[in-house]
Amino acid sequence: METVSNKIKVTIDNITVEVDPGTTILQAARMIGGDVTPPAMCYYSKLQGSGGKCRTCLVEVAAGSAADPRPMPKLVASCRTGVMDGMVVKNITSEKVPDARAGVVEFLLLNHPLDCPICDQAGECHLQDLGYDHGKAGTRYEFSRRTFKRIDIGPYIQLHMNRCILCYRCTYVADQITDSRSHGVIDRGDHAQISTYITKAIDNDFSGNMIDVCPVGALTDKTFRFKNRVWFTKPVDAHRNCTTPGCCGKATLWLRGDEVFRVTARKDEWGEVQSFDGKTGWICNTCRFESKQTSQWTIEGVTTISRHSVIGLNKYQTLNMPQETVKKVMHGVEPKLLMDIHSVSGVNNPDIHLSEIDRPAHSSDFKK
Amino acid sequence: MSKKLLLNKAHVEGIRHFDVYRREGGYASIEKALKMQPADIVEEVKKSGLRGRGGAGFPTGMKWSFLAKPEGVPRYLVVNADESEPGTFKDRYLMEFIPHLLIEGMIVASFALGSNNSYIYIRGEYDWVADILEEAIKEAHQNGWLGKNIQGSGFDCNIFVQRGAGAYICGEETALLESLEGKRGNPRIKPPFPAVKGLWGCPTVVNNVETIAAVVPIINEGGDEYAKIGIGRSTGTKLISACGNINKPGVYEIDMTISVEEFIFSDEYCGGIPNGKRLKACIPGGSSVPIVPANLLLTTAKGEKRLMNYESLSDGGFATGTMMGSGGFIVLDEDQCIVKHTYTLARFYRHESCGQCSPCREGTGWMEKILQKIETGKGEMKDIDLLWDIQRRIEGNTICPLGDAAAWPVAAAIRHFRDEFEWHVKNPEKCLTQNYGLANYADPIQVAG
Repeated sequence: METVSNKIKVTIDNITVEVDPGTTILQAARMIGGDVTPPAMCYYSKLQGSGGKCRTCLVEVAAGSAADPRPMPKLVASCRTGVMDGMVVKNITSEKVPDARAGVVEFLLLNHPLDCPICDQAGECHLQDLGYDHGKAGTRYEFSRRTFKRIDIGPYIQLHMNRCILCYRCTYVADQITDSRSHGVIDRGDHAQISTYITKAIDNDFSGNMIDVCPVGALTDKTFRFKNRVWFTKPVDAHRNCTTPGCCGKATLWLRGDEVFRVTARKDEWGEVQSFDGKTGWICNTCRFESKQTSQWTIEGVTTISRHSVIGLNKYQTLNMPQETVKKVMHGVEPKLLMDIHSVSGVNNPDIHLSEIDRPAHSSDFKK
Repeated sequence: MSKKLLLNKAHVEGIRHFDVYRREGGYASIEKALKMQPADIVEEVKKSGLRGRGGAGFPTGMKWSFLAKPEGVPRYLVVNADESEPGTFKDRYLMEFIPHLLIEGMIVASFALGSNNSYIYIRGEYDWVADILEEAIKEAHQNGWLGKNIQGSGFDCNIFVQRGAGAYICGEETALLESLEGKRGNPRIKPPFPAVKGLWGCPTVVNNVETIAAVVPIINEGGDEYAKIGIGRSTGTKLISACGNINKPGVYEIDMTISVEEFIFSDEYCGGIPNGKRLKACIPGGSSVPIVPANLLLTTAKGEKRLMNYESLSDGGFATGTMMGSGGFIVLDEDQCIVKHTYTLARFYRHESCGQCSPCREGTGWMEKILQKIETGKGEMKDIDLLWDIQRRIEGNTICPLGDAAAWPVAAAIRHFRDEFEWHVKNPEKCLTQNYGLANYADPIQVAG
């Protein structure tokens, strides 16, 4: 007999949730939220066909379904595996998953330059977050990394192929959002690279969305490159009356003072572009690159940031203070001025205590 | 002399042409099949116990019965002739010498599956073979065995030959379909399986050349008769392409009852190891199956004689066994260096990885670099453990079996030949000029003889 609701039950890390048939494990896990949700580097719910490639979202299926409770023999990509009624999934409770995931992180970072200090994506980089959460501190790779030259694809976007993790998201954007595809993947294996057709520039009103979907710093906004650090800027939600067909006109402005440093689409807690009235909120290049005056926008208010990356510095909704104090970590020793070199060296020991000098210390304060 | 079903007419003069092939009894299976119900043909193939000859050994009849049959949607048969596994060249031989056998099998299979347009996806390097196939298809058309209303049965069938561009990955069935559709040959994420959503989103069966050719004797002699040949679940005959350090390399059709020892040392088959050398190791099923040392090749861990069939070769799992695979039988004598051999294979898989999913893309390159390091005398002991760790994290975590295929040879080489790797590390200069030799893998036969 048919039940009234055709929802199906799936248990992820001992939490049971009811979802519609056809939902993937990852989507079900996102409904639960928190630690239970596997990380996703290539999956993007708004891009058809994405996912399955990066293998960071691997989970263990301990029971296939209520009808067939056998476990699946291999770890499965949760972003592309549909749930079955009575399925039991193990993510953080699995013994195999953390090891496999650490392996994937190591593989992804193998050829990654780790140039975060000079990368514009730092602070809002999914790979950075993934590395912190699931990676190991060191690498066992001791060979030279693959390198490419930086190239400009179009007037607004720079491709830094060294940083690319080949998630294919940008090629799906080129396929599905822009009207002429001239962007894809050439070559194969570890020398594969995303590229435009021969030297054809990406010239399309919506090409800028590639930057938003890029999980790493491979595709960067040329109007924002090296202008500022994302954690110094203050995001505000804003909208404008955009005349470009297909553009939602709703964006996030990244301000410092009154200056708009960059404009991006509005993103949700998974780092994906938000939907408005059932339509994905892609923005056009006019909004993104050419509307950098606050007078062009109607500002709605400060953007709510719930992601745990550096981007959310001082902007957390709920802030968890660290439990350990310096005193506790130092086994009862009170904290003192770390830079007071005189207490340890004895060289140039001044006659008076440094705290008594009400100006910058001068050589005349020290013994000759 | 074992019974031959596929290659028994291969040496008849002019068998490549329709007239001779027909005179020798060719195309009879189509006459018989067209009078049967398609479901009965599938049933006959099921009864025969035929297993896929491409490498995985999945029962063909079962695969055919999984084919979805929605109304108003075309179905396709695609023959996988992208034979790129190093050491495997059986399909080339078959297509080159008796192309009509494949065409005949395809027409029967197309009728059974209801495919009006069937495809042969052939690797680009087999350029001349593709020409031979196209010639054969033309002849079949001229004689009324292809095209509209075949032999007055009302069944229409066309066969098209599509040349690949020379990528190993396009032998993976979903990558093959992508490539056939004109896209980049990246494997698809399964499910959906091709039997539900294959070529152009329609139900599709992808079969190996030899599998389809084997349908001809199954229909001619009946599934039950076919099942009597062979042993256990390894029914029928299998083409083995033997190469490496043997006296008589080539393609042999065997029934799967003979022992590995007989296959290597008897004059009917490989004819032993040349120059009085001794057997060191063997890869019995194409480069991606685990390599096994001589002692485990000739006898199983239980001490029984190992036979040339699916079950016996995989006896003992990967710990002591290997796999039948595609039948690319590579023999290594005592002069071969396992480290160099593994490095060569790792280089191949690194080159052929499609780069879609991260463990395979990055891991294959990493393994190649470490193996090169060990092979050139710069290796360290920790590298061997590192290799093991890398292959463990690739295996099973990728979209398609190429990741597994890249991991298994490395895993097997370390599992069985670890002391040879360690010898390379300990003797960085010696390993450049000398080989490790046999050590304790000496084959029992030659030692006794």
